[in-house]
Amino acid sequence: MEVGLKPGEISLGTTLIAVAFDGGVVVGADSRTSMGGSYTVNRVTDKLTYVSDRIYCCRSGSAADTQAVASIVTYYLQLYAIQHEEEPPVRVAASLFQELCYKNKDALSAGIICAGWDKHDGGSVFGIPMGGSMHKLPYATAGSGSTYIYGYCDTSFRQNMTKEETIEFVKTGVALAIGRDGSSGGCIRLAVITKDGVQRHFIPGDQVPALGVI
Amino acid sequence: MVSRVDVPKGGFNFDNYQRNLILQEKGFSLPKPTKTGTTIVGTKFKNGVVLGADTRATGDTTVMDKNCFKIHYLAPNIYGCGAGTAADTDKITKMVASQLELHRLATGRESRVATALTALTQFLFRYQGHLGAALVLGGVDVDGPHLFSVSPHGSTDKLPYLCQGSGSLAAISIFESQWRENMERDEAIELVKEAIKAGIFNDMGSGSSVDVAVIEKGRAEVCRGMEVPYPTIQKVDSYKFKPGTTAILSESFRNFVTITEGDAMDIS
Repeated sequence: MEVGLKPGEISLGTTLIAVAFDGGVVVGADSRTSMGGSYTVNRVTDKLTYVSDRIYCCRSGSAADTQAVASIVTYYLQLYAIQHEEEPPVRVAASLFQELCYKNKDALSAGIICAGWDKHDGGSVFGIPMGGSMHKLPYATAGSGSTYIYGYCDTSFRQNMTKEETIEFVKTGVALAIGRDGSSGGCIRLAVITKDGVQRHFIPGDQVPALGVI
Repeated sequence: MVSRVDVPKGGFNFDNYQRNLILQEKGFSLPKPTKTGTTIVGTKFKNGVVLGADTRATGDTTVMDKNCFKIHYLAPNIYGCGAGTAADTDKITKMVASQLELHRLATGRESRVATALTALTQFLFRYQGHLGAALVLGGVDVDGPHLFSVSPHGSTDKLPYLCQGSGSLAAISIFESQWRENMERDEAIELVKEAIKAGIFNDMGSGSSVDVAVIEKGRAEVCRGMEVPYPTIQKVDSYKFKPGTTAILSESFRNFVTITEGDAMDIS
């Protein structure tokens, strides 16, 4: 039996987007952490979590579960880096997430996107939704807010976007979801991962683009 | 003959869990654990951390302790405020304090806040939310001041100011309207006191007085009862009977000791 959130559990009602472009990935998320669907516990959360120097994961579902899984994966990837004397590939990180999420599917509520850059595949994005399947995708969305932007993503996503176009695509996507999803909100956090490293962007709440008729 | 040795078990005991479930099914309601309906807060300032807590412990709607201590010691440079089930916050802070002390003795180094955070988080996550302990963790280590909150399920948040417990909604309103970056020590203490008072006045689960802990590099100060918004009122009348209230009808003295030498002891 799969479990939902336990009573009083803190959740990441969330909007997450990750998009691969030529030379890297852009990951984006809102910053709201809520409890019981009515109280914002943290309005400036960082849901884009480091797992290795060029791999990040985007967390949705239970805050406790996803933080625990991410820290276990971080540990395994540190071991990998030492034993193989090179940075772990994104597919290895994604497989670790999948293994943990599938084997403990009865106890976890975690929807994760794993994205990053490695020398074998360049930028790549893996979606690991609840249940523990793994999907390699050109782009992935997750969290409660993602349902509001399927139409936007289907019509606006293009193959071979530049880095700047990709950042704009992700930013607009998160802004649209924040506008419609009550469980998403606050600020927009972005991370651009390329072979040169990670570049973080922060868009404060008062600078999040207000889209559509208000 | 081999004699059986009972090794004392550490940690939590769930022996009665199954029995209690059966009793509950048969209509016996379980006693409610003492919950600290609480206001606890923490904030960073220029070169340290200030933690604050109220001192009311409640069991259902009854105040069980009017002056309990919710700022727990974890290490000389790390303290943690506890909200939720009093027994759980007491136990896990003591267990982590012990782990940290052994770690300090083994390494000969000052404890880090991140170490305390990891120990608490992994412990709470292992118990899947069954330990009702919510904490505000603060301290100063080699990397400077740190402030974290920990939820009963084992998730953590890192913020410059934090509130937990039933009075957190009242307390956060004070921080959201008055908090500034890089405050002086005295400003930070004053703000923490105001936030706890907001909890004491507006939340039924919080009350009594304000406890404060200030942690700076190489120095930690815990102030019990820093402010008492409702001081105990001196009663107009005393319940003690004045001497002479009861009429003396007769008196009799008997000497049990006969003085054979010197004077009798003055017992007036």
